[in-house]
Order: sequence, then structure tokens, then C-alpha cells
Amino acid sequence: MIERSDRLSAYVSASHSFTNSGRWCVYLRSAINFMRRQWEYLLLPLALALFLVLWQSIVWIGGYPPFILPSPGRVYAKLVGVLSDGLLWWHMRITLIEIAGGLVLGLTTATVLGYLLAKSRWLERLVSPYIVASQAVPVVALAPLLVIWFRSGQLSKVLVCALTIFFPMLVNVMVGIRSVEPDLVDLMRSLRATRWQMFILLEVPSSLPMLLGGLKVSVTLSVIGAVVGEFVAADRGLGFLINVARGHFDTPLMFVALFTLVGIALALYLLVVIAEGVLLRWRG
Amino acid sequence: MEIILRAEHISVIFPSPQGGLSALEDFSLAVSAGEFVCVVGPSGCGKSTLLRVLGGLLPPTSGQVYLHGKALNGPCSDIGIVFQKANLMPWRTVVQNIILPLEIQGLDATESRRRAAELIRLVGLEGFEQSYTRELSGGMAQRVAIARALIHDPQILLLDEPFGALDALTRERMNLELLRIWEARRQTVVMVTHNIQEAVFLSDRVIVMTTRPGRVTAEVPVRLPRPRSSDIVYSDAFSALAWTVHEAIPG
Repeated sequence: MIERSDRLSAYVSASHSFTNSGRWCVYLRSAINFMRRQWEYLLLPLALALFLVLWQSIVWIGGYPPFILPSPGRVYAKLVGVLSDGLLWWHMRITLIEIAGGLVLGLTTATVLGYLLAKSRWLERLVSPYIVASQAVPVVALAPLLVIWFRSGQLSKVLVCALTIFFPMLVNVMVGIRSVEPDLVDLMRSLRATRWQMFILLEVPSSLPMLLGGLKVSVTLSVIGAVVGEFVAADRGLGFLINVARGHFDTPLMFVALFTLVGIALALYLLVVIAEGVLLRWRG
Repeated sequence: MEIILRAEHISVIFPSPQGGLSALEDFSLAVSAGEFVCVVGPSGCGKSTLLRVLGGLLPPTSGQVYLHGKALNGPCSDIGIVFQKANLMPWRTVVQNIILPLEIQGLDATESRRRAAELIRLVGLEGFEQSYTRELSGGMAQRVAIARALIHDPQILLLDEPFGALDALTRERMNLELLRIWEARRQTVVMVTHNIQEAVFLSDRVIVMTTRPGRVTAEVPVRLPRPRSSDIVYSDAFSALAWTVHEAIPG
């Protein structure tokens, strides 16, 4: 930002010595150069604007009633409404807690088990049939069972969420740990590294790119997991809010809840991307 | 001269479907303190296997390695190894890679940094302390690997074709550098290579190996004056020695 404004002021001060017509030429050229350099940053807002325009024109052309397809304006009004009376915050907090619980549970079990499976071939032979079988059953089909076993409280949602992210994370952890350079293992052995040093100085940093890749998939899936859980049986949360809105033909509210879910997924994803930028600086 | 490293009747047989692949057979070697020994042989003659055995990374099928007269059963901090590839950790900077052995030994950070700075000067990497390994050339990466092998001040240095992956010019320069570093530190060195010139240029003694199973066929003492400069390769004495080694290599 600073750099950008510096460049601009440099252009401006340089142009002061020019004649009047020449000055405008310089202004124009610097403006074009500026746009050329910054257009990548403009793409995201542009995509968003394009989406809104497209949406609004479909509403106009189709002439749909709000309960089928509400206009962006109506959804925005709804958003302001549910934000001001605290309804959205309240449900969002519930879902966020479920997601957080699911992430903690799913990521820890997947990481621990993934590490053990990567280290022991016989354990992998023993356990992998069950893991693959569990993946053949859709989580949506398992969710009602979990609700029966663990009641319709938040625990069952946490479990559904954890189950959803478990497998992709497990696979990434296994691949990450198995892809540690054998030559570096030799090096560590020649330096008489302990088991713990081998883990903390070699295995963790070397599998970090894979771990963060798994985390990217997991955080997005975790939102789906929590909502699937809420769809089966719940009296709170964003999934519940969507169900209630559907019952009342309050389609604008459904849109608000949907966009909130998208926002949560994007925010989580962005957090992982930032973590990647910090932790994987060495990749340049 | 005191014998520091001794290998007695080493055999290594790798299990294979045909009932075992013999990589080394009845290999014996005694290295004196401060000696620079090169092991030369065609590729696939078990040179790397030999180095792994000497470094305690691979237990021999039969035979025994002795360090200071005591049986060596596993890696030892008296031995530093430089591998064929630089084998650096890409997530660590140059300094962090060099101090890895000290970190494993649990030495405090300030002393580690001080020693690292000294070695960085010795191998000529000033200004690259904070670089990541992807920013280094092949020759620079091997300098880091050598500094890392030297930092815990091991008495013995095992080099597994350390410059094998470098181009001829860089390789020549790195050999000169290696001699300079060795003159400064006088460690005992066992280096494996398939380059005859390199072996004669660097060492006090060249050991020639046969292929599969790896066995010693000849030992050529190199009594060229030290310190050696790169001109020495054009001398008659050098050519005669190189020719002797060449003739001893079978096939």
C-alpha cells in the first residue's frame, strides 16, 4: 500500500515540471500503468459485482417471487434485520462451536492414527479395511444413527463433523510422514538423534506441507459436517435456521444462512492459507 | 601412527530373491589418525555400503568395525558423514542446517552460533547464513553439508562421493577447498569416489575395489608433497600414480 502511494506521488511530482498538455499525458499514462499493476487485486471485487448483477438480472428477467428467488436487496435487508436482533449471531455461534469441536476431535484422531499407520505396516493392514469401509458409508446416512446414540445435542454434530474431516486428514498425514526423505533419516541416525528429535526436527517439518494441505480440505468439509448433523435433528445452529426458514418459506433467510456458511468456510480456509505463508516461508 | 578406525573382514549380504546379493566380501581396512584415504572403484562396487558400515548406519553381515580399538555398534558422534547428495533440510536456513548436530547434542544456542560462524568462514559461505537451501547452488549446498559434518568436531570424516553431482569445474574447485579445510583441521578422512584423479589428488592412500562382491584389489600409497596445489596433476609423479590406480581397477 505504502509502496503504491509512493509510486503515485513520484509520478505526480515528476509530472510537475512538464508543460500543461504533457502533464495530462503523464497522468493518464501513470493511471494506466497503475491499473495494469493492480488489476489482479481488482479481480475479486469485480467477480463479486458480476455475481450480484447476474443475480439481480435473473430476478428481473424471470420475475420470480421472493420465496423462490429473492433479489440481492431483499437478502441484504434480511441480513441487516437478523444481525441487529442477534438471531444470526446466536445460531452462528452454535455452529461455530460445533465446527471447532469437530475440527479438534477429527484432526487429533486423524493425526495420531495417521502417524501410527504410516509407521507400522501391520497396523495399517489391520485397521485400513475398517477405515475404507467407514468411508463407503455416506456420513449423511450415519448421522441419524449418531443422533440416536448421542442424543440430538451438540455432541452428535461434533461427531458428524469430526467423521467428515477424518479421512482426508488421515490420508494426508500418512502420505506426509511416509514421504520423509530416507537420506535425511540416515543423517539423523548418524547424528544419534533420539526418537523424539527424529519426530520434532525431521518428521513434523518435512510433512508440514501435506498436513496443511489436509487442513485446507478439512476446514471446508467441517462446515458441511456440522450442517449435515444439524439437518438430522437440532433446535439451534445455521443448519437448523435453514430448516426453519424453509418451513416458513422465508427464502431470504435461507440465503442469509447459506452465505454465512460460505463466509465461515472462506474465513477458515484463509486462516490456513495465512498459516501456510508463515510456516512454509522456506518454499518461497 | 595410531590406528583410529579399523574394519576387519567385513561382509555385507543383502537379502534378494536369488538368495542374497553380496555387496562387500571380506573387506579389511585400517586408517591411521590424520590420514586421508580414498576408496576407488567402479559404480556399484559397494562403496556407499562400505561407508554406511564404517559410519555405523548399517550393521555388517559378518566382520566388525573398531573405533579406537572398541567395537562400533551403531552411529557415533566421533564420526561425521557427508552424503552423495547435500542432504540439507529445506525448511532450515544455512546456519540452522549447520548447527543441526549440535542441536541434537543439546549444546546451547550461542556457542552453536559461534562455531557455525567460524565454519561458515572456513567453507566460504559468508553472506548466505540466512538463505534457504533452494537459493543455493549445488556446490554451495555441499559446502553447507561439509560445515555441518565438521561442526561437532568429529575425529573421522566419511565422505560419500560428496562432489559426484557437481560439474567438472566446480568439482575441481571443491576438491581444492576440501584440501584447504582438511589442512586446517587434520581430521581423519575416508572418502569414496569413482574419480581416479580426484582420489590421487586428495589422499595419502588409494584403495581400489572390485565390483560385486566388493573386495580390495590394490592399495596405492600416494607420497606427493603437501600442501598440494592444482598444478600437481600435471606432474609425472601424479600421472604415474594415476596410471597405477587405473591399472588396478578391474574391467
